[in-house]
Amino acid sequence: MKNRAWWFLLPALAVMSLSAFIPLMTVINYAQYSVFPGSAPQFIGMENFADVLNDGVFLNSLRRQVLFSIEILLIEIPLGLGLALALPKKGKWVGWSLVLLGVPLLIPWNVVGIIWRVFTRSDLGAVPAIFNWIGYGAYNASLNSGDAWWTVVAMDVWHWTPLVVLLCYAGLQAIPEEFYRAAKIDGASAWSTFRYVTLPKLRHSLILAVLLRFMDSFKIYAEPFQLTGGGPGNSTTFLSIYTSRKAIGGFNMGFGAAVSIIYFFLVILISWLLYTIMMNVGGGSSQ
Amino acid sequence: MKKRNVALWVYFAFLIMPIYWMLNTSFKTNNEILNYLHWFPHNFTVQNYVQIFTSPFWRRGFLNSLAFVSMNVAIVIVAAVPAAYAFSRWHFRGDKHLFFWLLTNRMAPTAAFIVPFFALYSNIGLFDTHIAVALAHALFNLPLAIWILEGFMSGIPKEIDETAFVDGYSFPHFFWKIFRPLISQGIAVAAFFAFLFSWVELLLARTLTSTAAKPITVTLSRSLGAGGWDWGVLAAAGVLTMIPGALVVYFIRNLMAKGFAMGRV
Repeated sequence: MKNRAWWFLLPALAVMSLSAFIPLMTVINYAQYSVFPGSAPQFIGMENFADVLNDGVFLNSLRRQVLFSIEILLIEIPLGLGLALALPKKGKWVGWSLVLLGVPLLIPWNVVGIIWRVFTRSDLGAVPAIFNWIGYGAYNASLNSGDAWWTVVAMDVWHWTPLVVLLCYAGLQAIPEEFYRAAKIDGASAWSTFRYVTLPKLRHSLILAVLLRFMDSFKIYAEPFQLTGGGPGNSTTFLSIYTSRKAIGGFNMGFGAAVSIIYFFLVILISWLLYTIMMNVGGGSSQ
Repeated sequence: MKKRNVALWVYFAFLIMPIYWMLNTSFKTNNEILNYLHWFPHNFTVQNYVQIFTSPFWRRGFLNSLAFVSMNVAIVIVAAVPAAYAFSRWHFRGDKHLFFWLLTNRMAPTAAFIVPFFALYSNIGLFDTHIAVALAHALFNLPLAIWILEGFMSGIPKEIDETAFVDGYSFPHFFWKIFRPLISQGIAVAAFFAFLFSWVELLLARTLTSTAAKPITVTLSRSLGAGGWDWGVLAAAGVLTMIPGALVVYFIRNLMAKGFAMGRV
């Protein structure tokens, strides 16, 4: 029986070794060499890692990336939860609301960037016209780095808040009606019902939402690449854009590989931290 | 009650606005797009769409995308079903660790894998083929599919397997006749997520292809970078890439509502 399990896993492991294990080994191997096209790789140990950690552009992208993920979580999680609470529980509008919420999630990521580019470009977009009308005529997402930043944030909120809404809505539907009835009989206020009935029951949905939104916002690439190209200057250059620039456009593949490894471990580390913190906080105060 | 409805309407307006603007742009001539700011097309034209459907350049992009997306779904399902069965039915040495390792791959930043993918697939001669993109996307889709299917399979009592074997079913016969119908919904969900990711992803698809297998998303972003762009055609192509996703949500909306009502998904 035990050996049988491995036969069943064989196809999956074969695919994963081609798509995960061998590439990961390659990247770890590369990271210790100085690899320039046209010459033999030279072993340099940890030097690439030191170079990456001393690179100002890398550190700035990292800082920007962390700030971006924090802003995204602070906006999308409360907004998504609020909208999930506001959605009708039953009736004919449920289906259509879900369809509408699903649409942004199924658009190819770079088309999301294109949609927002068409929407916000100063020569053909609707957004500059609206801003002009309310008295902010200087709006220009391709020249002004502040405008570019908030446009990318707005795009991400547009693109991914529906996912948070759907996860929270699923969690809300799973809470039995009896809990609310009991709270009503006890004379609980709307706030304490939310705080002591709804929120604890939503813990799993919220943990999933925070983790997914963190991991994916930390990996964001195609949308800002298409909307701003990482500019103006480097003002919207996120870690993925930096990494892919170093990996494809850069000369030293070893350097690109070192960036990749640091990046990968950061995602795993922060995800693990978030998960642990949320499990402890939620577990301590809810039941 | 009133306040929450207002909030919902404002949000849905925010959701629709950018899509509407793209649709609006796709039915305009370039002259109107660049020189006037109209909230609906004054010179309504379908020329942009005609141009896409008559150009082999755009058509090939769509076909390439469909090719590797369907390959990806097939690979993921064929590999994930037996693996999920093993995880849900048997305990073996290191099963928890292996399961966790599979899931960490879902967390991997795509950009971190483009150097080794490029090197690996160039070396084994798969660069610029559909199968290379399909395999690369499996890195993210396979762990997720195994996770989803394992959940569905664990919900089915083991007694069903045992009864079938006592009744003299061979394993393949049991699996196809009894087990497969029970998990068909899980297979549909896993396939949906595999389709979704493969269809929307750009970075890997762009890194692993050049001409022969170039997907529609890459065609779009390359033609955007080329200088004097045709905004109308670009908008029309963008609208077309939204259709498969919109169709998928439309067809599963009742299933979604039902699933949500039961507290699953």
